[in-house]
This record gives sequence, C-alpha cells and structure tokens, in this order.
Amino acid sequence: MLEVDRERARAGTAYPQHAFEIALTVNGEEHRLSVDARTTLLDALRDRLHLTGTKKGCGLGQCGACTLLVDGRRVVSCLTLAVMNQGRSITTIEGLADGELHPVQQAFIDHDAFQCGYCTPGQIMSAVGLIQEGRTRSDDEIRENMSGNLCRCGAYVNIVDAIKDAIARGLDPREAMTEAVEAIRQDAEGKET
Amino acid sequence: MVPFAYTSVADPLAAVERGAGGTGVAYIAGGTDMLQLLQEGVATPTELVDINPIGFDDVSVAVDGVRIGAMARLADVADDPTIRERFPAVAEALHESASPQVRNMATVAGNLLQRTRCLYFRDITTPCNKRDPGSGCSALEGQNRINAVLGGSPQCFATYPGDLAVALVASDAEVMIRGANGERTVLVENLHHLPGDTPHLETVLKPGDLIVAIWIPLHAAGRRSHYVKVRDRATFEWALASCAASLGMDGDRVIDARVAVGGVATKPWRLKHVEDMLMDRRLDRPLAREAGERSADGAESWGQNAFKIPLLKKTVERALLRAGGFAAGEAA
Repeated sequence: MLEVDRERARAGTAYPQHAFEIALTVNGEEHRLSVDARTTLLDALRDRLHLTGTKKGCGLGQCGACTLLVDGRRVVSCLTLAVMNQGRSITTIEGLADGELHPVQQAFIDHDAFQCGYCTPGQIMSAVGLIQEGRTRSDDEIRENMSGNLCRCGAYVNIVDAIKDAIARGLDPREAMTEAVEAIRQDAEGKET
Repeated sequence: MVPFAYTSVADPLAAVERGAGGTGVAYIAGGTDMLQLLQEGVATPTELVDINPIGFDDVSVAVDGVRIGAMARLADVADDPTIRERFPAVAEALHESASPQVRNMATVAGNLLQRTRCLYFRDITTPCNKRDPGSGCSALEGQNRINAVLGGSPQCFATYPGDLAVALVASDAEVMIRGANGERTVLVENLHHLPGDTPHLETVLKPGDLIVAIWIPLHAAGRRSHYVKVRDRATFEWALASCAASLGMDGDRVIDARVAVGGVATKPWRLKHVEDMLMDRRLDRPLAREAGERSADGAESWGQNAFKIPLLKKTVERALLRAGGFAAGEAA
C-alpha cells in the first residue's frame, strides 16, 4: 500500500481496496454484503443475495439475460461491478410484481412469449425499460430496441405481440414503471425543481 | 479476472494523479468494454479507478460548438436534440452502436477507446502482437474476415471497431484531455496511432490522461451529414464497413467535404483524397460512384477480408448520396 493510501485509510476516505462492505438497494430494500472488487452486480445478486431471477447467460453483455433496471434504466448487470452500484436503485424481475403480476409479465404469459424461459426475465425487464423509453411506435421499432435480448428458442414474434399488448392494455409508459422506479423519478424531479 | 484493487474518485485531478501514479492503473466508467476485457483475461489491471463520481456527463451548447461530457452515456447523446439536429451523423452512429442496454451504460469517451474485436486479441490462448507484443499475429493465417483492409501492417491489421469516432472525424471533433501537465486538445482523427511495428500503442494518451470532453465545432453543423453502417445482422453488431459523409453544399456543388470510414481500417479513417476530389464538383450519382471507387485506394486484402474492398466502395457511395439528399441513396 502506498503511504498516501495509508493516510487515506486512516482518514477513512477512499483508497484502493480489494474487499468491500457495500450496501445495495434492490427492489426497495437495502442489503449489506461483502464483495470482492471483481464481483459483478449480476453475481452479487445471484450468489450473495440469492436473487436468482436475473439470469446469467454469456457474461459478456451480448445476450441480455441479465437485464435489470438501475435507477430506472435497463442495463446488463454482467458488465458492471457490484461495488460501482452503491447508492443506486436496482430493480430485478423479483421486484416487478406488486401483489399481482406486472402487466408485461402477464402479457408474456398470455402470448406464450417464451419457450424454455431462460431469457424471459431479461426480456421482461428490457421490455419494461423499453416501454418507459417510449420506443414502441411500430413493430420494427420494438424489434430494434429489443435487440439486446437474444432468445435462442426464437420466441421473438410472440415477444413483440406481448409488448404491444401490454401497451394496448392502457399501460401508460409511466405506469409501466415499478413503484420503486416511480419514486426515483419523482425524487429526481423534486431535485430539479 | 485477475485480482485488482478498486477506488472511486470524484475529483478529476485526483484521478489523473492516481492514473499517472503507476503502471497497471486503469480507469473504469461505463465498464461495458472493460468488464469484457477483464472477464476474458485481456485486461489485467492492478487497480481500477472508478471515475463515475466525477460527473462530466452533460451536453452543453456554446456559441461556437457543442461540448459533450466524457461520461455522457451513448443513449443520452444519441437523443440529445442539438446533436440530432446539428450533427445527424453523430446521432446516427450512436443509435446504431451496441444494444439499448449497453448504450445506457457506455460513455462516449470510453466508446472512443474501445478495443478491437479481432478474435485473437480477445483470445488469450493465441499469439497477438497487440495484446502481447512480439508474440506474432494469429490473424495473418487465421480467421481475418473482420480485419482491416486499410492501415494494417504485417504485425497487426486489427480493425478499430467504433462508430462514434468515425462520425466525429467527419465532424472535425476534438477530445479535451486532462493530464499530469494540464489540459490539451487532440483532433479525434489524431487520437489513434497506426499499428506499424507497435500495435500495442493504440492512442496518444499517456498514463493518467483523462478525456474530459468531446468538442464538436459548430461550423461542422453547416454541412449535411449522414452515417451508413453495414453489418452482418440488422442491429447490435459491429460494422463490416461504415462511412460518415459530411458535405458543405452550394446548390448541388460540393464546397466542403469530410469523409471518414470505419469497420475497414486500423483506426478511425479519414479519406482526405476523396474529400479533395469532391471539391468544387457537382454531386451526382457518377461522382458518388467515382468517389466510392477511389475510397479503396491503397486497400489491401489479407485473405478472408477481401470482400471489404468492394463493400467499402459501395458504402462510401451510398453515404455520399444520402448526405447529398438523393432519394434512398441506393448505390447503382
């Protein structure tokens, strides 16, 4: 350790470490956990918090199975370190249903928008993010903006139908957000005004 | 992944100090390329410095240009009204980069510095002069379909993979860099080195150098620009060939031109000789075709990538036609 880092350690300010005690806010609940610097957000959720709804596919950002929302925006959780996500609000598939299934979850069931189901949590989280972004004006636009989620079973046709149906059921983009995400949005607006 | 230490900094000067402090220190921001490089064992830092707390993530408009904060996310810049209206080639290049999730994470400065997708660079079980200087180039006799036809050397002909840098070259953009000796600016077209005999030296950045912003001068907005990207699948794929064309027009006459190409070269590649031949000429389909033909001057096939030479010509032709306002811009 450099002398400057020793001083920082004594002063309690940031210095380079390998192991961290962090707090992650997942689905509105704060979790404290120990992680290595190398631990991805995905692995922290699955292996440490046992929230296994978020799936691990390629681990390289190419399949979208690990898609979730961070501060309301869809991201792939395999390409970010857990330690980088302190203080952010994380929404996983487990946090989507509120007493009853989220409209996008229900639409995926109604339209048989999966076969093996492995990519489905990522597809649903991506669809929630997509609807919130409002990039759903045509089938082509939905397909283009769901391109970060691969489905090896080829359920794409039904996935597009499910997303359109979720919107058609009067799902205003804002209503598509979970309560947690909505709270963040209001909080952000509060800060701006 | 190899073990590494991590720290986060909110002060750019502290970041520069740490970055310049020793070998093995790397910055992380969006993380979308860094995490892949770590997972594949290509990047082996001893310390990662998380620069996200610094901020530098807004787009601000000045009287003489637009300043894009280094850590602005690709999605936010692609949707920025000023970028969309004034610099359409930049917005198009960003919209056609990566996936929606990655665009929400990746930063513009990190995007400029993304590493090549050459199969061997990312496979640590094989020789690669860029990753392991002096070990040899596996692509020479191997799978080189995606490799470059412009700017290569026998040591390395790995393709620079990005889209944004190509559009920025055609927009006369600069990067603003904070280093140990203060701040300086470098044209995006001068940011990357040719591989030559030192393919592991990719950019002019020195240890500790931190890109703080991208600057696009407003005069570039006076030109009509368009980005064309050709790839193996419709979306979420790197370019096999791309072209950013930015044309200043007086009626149908070309009075200013920037033409840059990607997916075919070892760095973001400006076609100065094509720009020169366009000057003061009436833009029509024959001229666009002639310019396309000339775009591959000096191009070199290494085997499986021979198809990129005719593809480059047609891509440039199409970009010029579209920038010039020709319907659909389809190459004849």
